[in-house]
Amino acid sequence: MKYFYFIFKNLTRKKIRTTLTVLSIMIAFLLFGLLRSLSVAFDGGARFAGEDRLVSINKVTLIQPLPFSYLNKVKSLPGVDKVTMSNWFGGYYQDRKNQFPQFPIDAAEFFDIYQDTLALPPEQFAAWKADRQGAVIGKALAEKFNWKVGDRVPLIGLFPKKDGSTNWDFVIDGIFTGKTESAQTNVMYFHYDYFDKSRQFGEGTIGWMIIKVKDPKESAKVAAAIDALFENSAAETKTDSEKEFSKSFAKQFGDIGLITTLILSAVFFTMLLVAGNTMAQSFRERIPEFAILKTLGFSDLTVMVMVLAEAMLICAFGGLLGLALAKLVLTANASRIAATFPGLDMSLTIIVTGVLWMLLLGLITGFIPALQGLRLNIINALRRN
Amino acid sequence: MSNPAADTLAGNSVLVSLRHISKTYKKGKEPVPVLTDINLDINRGDFVALMGPSGSGKTTLLNLLGGLDSPTSGELMIAGQRIDQFSSGQLTKWRAHNVGFIFQFYNLMPVLTAEKNVELPLLLTNLSSKERKAHVAAALDLVGLSGRANHYPRELSGGQEQRVAIARALVSDPNLLLCDEPTGDLDRATADEILALMQELNEHQHKTIIMVTHDPRAADHARRTLHLDKGELIK
Repeated sequence: MKYFYFIFKNLTRKKIRTTLTVLSIMIAFLLFGLLRSLSVAFDGGARFAGEDRLVSINKVTLIQPLPFSYLNKVKSLPGVDKVTMSNWFGGYYQDRKNQFPQFPIDAAEFFDIYQDTLALPPEQFAAWKADRQGAVIGKALAEKFNWKVGDRVPLIGLFPKKDGSTNWDFVIDGIFTGKTESAQTNVMYFHYDYFDKSRQFGEGTIGWMIIKVKDPKESAKVAAAIDALFENSAAETKTDSEKEFSKSFAKQFGDIGLITTLILSAVFFTMLLVAGNTMAQSFRERIPEFAILKTLGFSDLTVMVMVLAEAMLICAFGGLLGLALAKLVLTANASRIAATFPGLDMSLTIIVTGVLWMLLLGLITGFIPALQGLRLNIINALRRN
Repeated sequence: MSNPAADTLAGNSVLVSLRHISKTYKKGKEPVPVLTDINLDINRGDFVALMGPSGSGKTTLLNLLGGLDSPTSGELMIAGQRIDQFSSGQLTKWRAHNVGFIFQFYNLMPVLTAEKNVELPLLLTNLSSKERKAHVAAALDLVGLSGRANHYPRELSGGQEQRVAIARALVSDPNLLLCDEPTGDLDRATADEILALMQELNEHQHKTIIMVTHDPRAADHARRTLHLDKGELIK
């Protein structure tokens, strides 16, 4: 610690250079904080997916439906606790840009299976069950459109109704909240019966099955049994854990994880060159000073550690500023983005990963100057003076 | 640890003893002798001026005495220790406790105040912050710069910078002060002040000083002058 003052003062030697380096590192870690948080939020469905839930879709593609009759067949399989279903609706409110997820479901079965994730007041749940055109919406969605219980919400649906119209009317009967931080509350659920009886085509089919297994350890076995049951049928199934299903669903929009990794790799590589060059230049300018330190009795190792500490300090300072700024941006815009990315926040894991990256960046950029400091020959260095 | 040679030296008040010291550098594959068979004793409390033309080996000899370099052959004993047998790491530790260096261009750290510059050698000791401050204040007082403790080198004159450098060399109370052209960058009046200070340190603080200089007037301040030429001591 007694060397800290000296190390810190050395960083103030060229204030503009240090400031620019800190700023560039800050920008890199701002991007890191934002993109990693975004990537995690995008993968949010997978994060809150239960270990004991499976999702079974048509083997050809998610768009191809499954017969409704599959539900009973799956229910009778050993290891299966509960089964329900859902379907894609793909509607929007007033304008195409007002898109959000809507799913027709079986209210009782669905909320039973997701009782660990979603919370709906019992009186609202009862009212919804009694209302054929009723729907429940998540808290984030309610806040986004300022919808309240009792509001009538017309949606333009992907599916035409029997009268040829694509206008679907719903009444908000309840607003549910998430029991976990990353639970999706930007969603609308409504009755499958209303959807199925009203649509022009596809009656008696479902989009996918959601299966709750009795024992999570048996998930793989149950998934294999479901797929085996419908093998060689007109609609073969592909059953996966809910986590895998959520991941592949998210990947339809692009592999956000890969994209962020590529962007961050480019940013960090550039940062490595920028910060590395600064450290090397800063060391070269002070070779005689390091020689004096060694003359005074500072060991080779101490000089090396001091050079390395400078590099790590500058990376840590810039990096922490970047992460703090990212956190500030996310917090300031939390309500605005909650509907699209529920639970979008910088987790402790991201912060810890960021700090490890800072240390690594400091180690790499400071390594060569530090090694030069270790090997510095006093006589040769003083001759340069 | 008992060392008969050391006891003998201490008894005779000999601080520095060089026996058949030679130093040869290599220029490509060619050996270049810089010092040849140097034999020399310097007593405690002596003030020695080392003179000679450029390339005569003065700085090389000073580097050997300061443990910055090792001789190619011969015995080099300082305060009873054969430093020619020390490893690089041992020399580093030895320098911290036994030698104070004063350079022509002061070589202060520009980002540190006079006080912090003087404190640098004490960072290598186990002294507390309070103790270090007390030592630094005493050293600055000794060189007459108490009032400039919080000034940066750029805010000091050349003479004041060299006084800070002297305080830095003194602060750890070393056995030996090694000065490489300490007045080479100063005007006559300031140089005389610095030399007077060194003389005072020698006479009143009993510091052993070895000073490399080109300047005969600087050498006049020493108790004795040694001449080097082509790597050999001239009697």
